[in-house]
Amino acid sequence: MSIFNPSLNLFNCYLEALPPDWPGGFWLHLGLFVVIILAFVLAMIMGFIWFERRGIGRFQVRLGPNRVGPFGLLQPVADAIKILIKEDIIPAKGDKWVHWLAPVVAFVPALMIFAVVPFQDGALLADLNIGILYVVAISSVSVVGIFMAGWGSNNKFSLIGAMRTVAQAVSYEIPVVLSIIGVVLIAGSLSMNEIVKAQSIPFILLQPLGFLIYFIGACAEINRTPFDLLEAESEIVAGYHTEYSGMKFALFYLVEYTEVLAVSAIITTLFLGGWRGPVLPPVLWFLIKVVAVFFLIFWVRSTIPRIRVDQLMAFAWKCLLPLALINLFITGIEVVVLPEALPWTIIFLNLAIMAVLIVLWSKFFRLGGGRVEV
Amino acid sequence: MIGLDIAFWVLAIVGIIAALAVVLLSDVFRAALSLVVCFLAVAGIYITLSADFLAAVQVLIYVGAISVLIILAIMLTREVQRGSPSNRLRIPAFLVAILFLGGMAFAMLNTTWQVSVAPPLEPTTSALAGLLFGEGGFILPVEIAAILLLAAILGAIVLVREK
Repeated sequence: MSIFNPSLNLFNCYLEALPPDWPGGFWLHLGLFVVIILAFVLAMIMGFIWFERRGIGRFQVRLGPNRVGPFGLLQPVADAIKILIKEDIIPAKGDKWVHWLAPVVAFVPALMIFAVVPFQDGALLADLNIGILYVVAISSVSVVGIFMAGWGSNNKFSLIGAMRTVAQAVSYEIPVVLSIIGVVLIAGSLSMNEIVKAQSIPFILLQPLGFLIYFIGACAEINRTPFDLLEAESEIVAGYHTEYSGMKFALFYLVEYTEVLAVSAIITTLFLGGWRGPVLPPVLWFLIKVVAVFFLIFWVRSTIPRIRVDQLMAFAWKCLLPLALINLFITGIEVVVLPEALPWTIIFLNLAIMAVLIVLWSKFFRLGGGRVEV
Repeated sequence: MIGLDIAFWVLAIVGIIAALAVVLLSDVFRAALSLVVCFLAVAGIYITLSADFLAAVQVLIYVGAISVLIILAIMLTREVQRGSPSNRLRIPAFLVAILFLGGMAFAMLNTTWQVSVAPPLEPTTSALAGLLFGEGGFILPVEIAAILLLAAILGAIVLVREK
């Protein structure tokens, strides 16, 4: 992986060698970062797939894939080759154009998120001053792609899966955005790079409840396992990608992992201090934190069983939304009233508030019980 | 500046073709997808006008929420594949549309537009926040609009609720 190059100022060193008003500098920057982002995403996804399959194997007291290459490291490559040479099937009565376009529409926004993720101070494709808003906006477009897949397949399981995705994504987007606003309030900027620079203490300490809400909401938006109702195997075969095979299925698989990587990178940037850290070079810190968040995500996946549709909606609207509103309100008060207070006071205050709120909500709400009410 | 011109023309042509497709396609689902393309082209035009915040909100609200709601509403209708046939009002509707288009084009071409010489604001977010929350800001109309929407949602729920 070229990212581990020892010349760690790799990202911006070319700028010093060139005159600042050279018009080709823009295109050089664009080309370089497009290559870096593609290499980063593809290499990390290959690593993630191997890491997750082996890790979940350990969690389930089995070995996981260990035959291809040392420790099964080449398993993702073997899978990729296998999937590429499979037949590409299009349903006879499906909408062929929509069916063909859907994986592309789902994949492009997921990849575009990485344009504003800072790998190091100032090392990002575009330091937009609306950075995090851009992320929220772009990631909402993927839903259209999944809906297209569900409709274009002309299959009732696909359509049910797609419908579930839409309901889920629209519901969980609200608490996610509210928890992001808490971070933006403290950092005083929407730019991803500025948010990292503002974190002399990681925001997970100042915003523990916000982190929890963002983590749960983001897992639901990218359909990780406690929330993967759109492809619940026991109910609707494989959901929206039931009718997909070959390269197009691979693209949907890639979308899922690209979104996980994106969420890990965003959590790293917003809550864990991004590339900041002692001793080690910033890029390495960024990678370590991303992998740690990913580990947490698949740990949750292998621990918690899938929840039901009615529980899913009730959880978003009755639990996450009020908690996110209270969190935003408290953060606003703290930013206005206690700007000079010692950080440790606020940290312990926020941790206490989070504990009280979670206990209160767990007493207030019994989700569904044994009954199914839709 | 040549780059901006190229971007404008590409976005404008894509937007107009997508808008025509929304009206002319008989498959309602594809028409809704064309609407998404049209919204994206408009967002692109906002970016070329240095209105980055507006562009992000356009994508978030119109592409991410409104068009998804439109598609969901389409799912509730029958005859999605050829659900948009033209009927005997086609000729009158065409005439009214031509008249409206002519009036719009006439008005736009004959207005002397005021062009600001000030450079675009950078960053736009703090200026917008000043307009919204600052002295004499627009916070009251925005809140009233929010309450109006809430009332409309509650009314819809009450209307369709079973006894």
